[in-house]
Amino acid sequence: MTNEDLKITIAEILPAAAFEEGAEWLTVSVEPNVFKLFSQQLRSINSLNFDFLFCLSCVDWKTHFTMVYHFTSITHRHTIVVKSKLDRNNPEIETVSDIWRTAEFHEREAYDLFGVIFKNHPDLRRLFMTDDWVGWPLRKDYEDAINMIKL
Amino acid sequence: MYRQTEIISDGSQVTSLGEAEGDLIINVGPQHPSTHGVLHLIITLNGETIKNVEPHLGYIHRSIEKMCESLSYRQFIYVTSRMDYLSSHINNHGCAMCVEKGMQIEIPPRAKVIRVLMDELTRLASHQLWWGAMAMDVGALTPFFHAFREREAINDIMEETCGARLTMNYMVPGGVMYDLHPNFQHRVKEFITLFKSKIDEYDEMVTNNIIFQNRMKGIGVLSKEDAISYGCTGPTARGSGVSCDIRKLYPYEVYSELQFDEIIETGGDCFARYLVRFREMRQSLSIIEQLIDNIPEGDFQAKTKAVLKLPKGEFYSRIETARGEFGVYIISEGGTTPYRIKFRSPGFSNLSALNHMAKGYKIGDLVAIMGTLDLVIPDIDR
Repeated sequence: MTNEDLKITIAEILPAAAFEEGAEWLTVSVEPNVFKLFSQQLRSINSLNFDFLFCLSCVDWKTHFTMVYHFTSITHRHTIVVKSKLDRNNPEIETVSDIWRTAEFHEREAYDLFGVIFKNHPDLRRLFMTDDWVGWPLRKDYEDAINMIKL
Repeated sequence: MYRQTEIISDGSQVTSLGEAEGDLIINVGPQHPSTHGVLHLIITLNGETIKNVEPHLGYIHRSIEKMCESLSYRQFIYVTSRMDYLSSHINNHGCAMCVEKGMQIEIPPRAKVIRVLMDELTRLASHQLWWGAMAMDVGALTPFFHAFREREAINDIMEETCGARLTMNYMVPGGVMYDLHPNFQHRVKEFITLFKSKIDEYDEMVTNNIIFQNRMKGIGVLSKEDAISYGCTGPTARGSGVSCDIRKLYPYEVYSELQFDEIIETGGDCFARYLVRFREMRQSLSIIEQLIDNIPEGDFQAKTKAVLKLPKGEFYSRIETARGEFGVYIISEGGTTPYRIKFRSPGFSNLSALNHMAKGYKIGDLVAIMGTLDLVIPDIDR
């Protein structure tokens, strides 16, 4: 499907979805509370069939977090970007690891580096850092005098 | 052929096998030759059968993503050579492409061809190392020395043109850093002649070896659905019948004008993944042959400003490394450094399928399964 067709289909499923213009792929912003249902629809509706989650990232905007999910469909070859804005003091979102298995590792990474809590994740632990590490290294306000990563 | 898949999902949770009476837990790594780097696996065994494999990462985590936030768009490319050190050209290329996309720089035709040539030479070198190490993993030591002998020839070519053998840092935004060495074409042609005879030898020595085949066939089966769900890319996914070659699907540089096949096997087992990588070596060789006499004359670098500033926005570029799809996601606030940068590393997603692939097989098979995943740990840890 082209970006325009995708936009029409998605506006039907989720009228509350906000679209961002100007990017290479169609970018949709959804609220965290409807994100899980929306992602299930992305996966299950045959004309969409987004079966491949190829990138999951978190961005610290100092006032809030944004979760960014890049989905593509192996059968239809279309791509979509789904964003969800999280509260920075209490970053919580539902896991999608039961829909796309790869999310299990990627979500652990986002938890490890940003402290985002993925609800119902089967195994939410530190991935790169040691278990007793304090702080969330990729947050913008993270300071570590010993293990300096800011240059 | 495929094991029953239990994926997708009506909100039900993925369950991991619990520990039971009589289970043995062993640690493999972080210092173990078969993990090819500092990877730590905690394996739950019942007798010799694997019940659960839990990878522990982070021994070589350098937080490259955070480092890049304070490096300029010219500088950050150098750090990315240190991620997947076996395809450092391709990492550099992906990053350079992302910056070019943001700046809307059109690179000269000569640079495009040089880039593709270097990418394919790197892929060849990487697959050679994998082939040697793979055979070594399952008990054949000699192929490792054969592979390194031929890989040395590529490293020499790289050294002549790029000045480095492993972390080349040759691709820069706008093209390549310097022009090709005058000897380049000659040396590459010499290498093609040499390797063409050697690759048949490889085939004879390892691929057709019945002991080797017995170790690989029917081991570590990954179904097509699972490969997609686990986000596998590259030869790992193509061995399971997923068409995912970025060079074919989203062609960059001159790939759309070249004649080459996307290698797909449908077996899903270790041998299928082996065959995919092996045949890819022949495809890379053919790409190099097509280009080596057709390098256009002209500039090797587009004119760019000394200080690059990406406009505000988000840019994503995808590239096919030797291990799979490498993604660079730059979020720019309009400054000279990225606001946030995310590297989608192929090894990380491929590794997440390891537990699923190894469950139910014997511990000796785990080494073969890990070998066919072609793990490079710095690429996973970043």
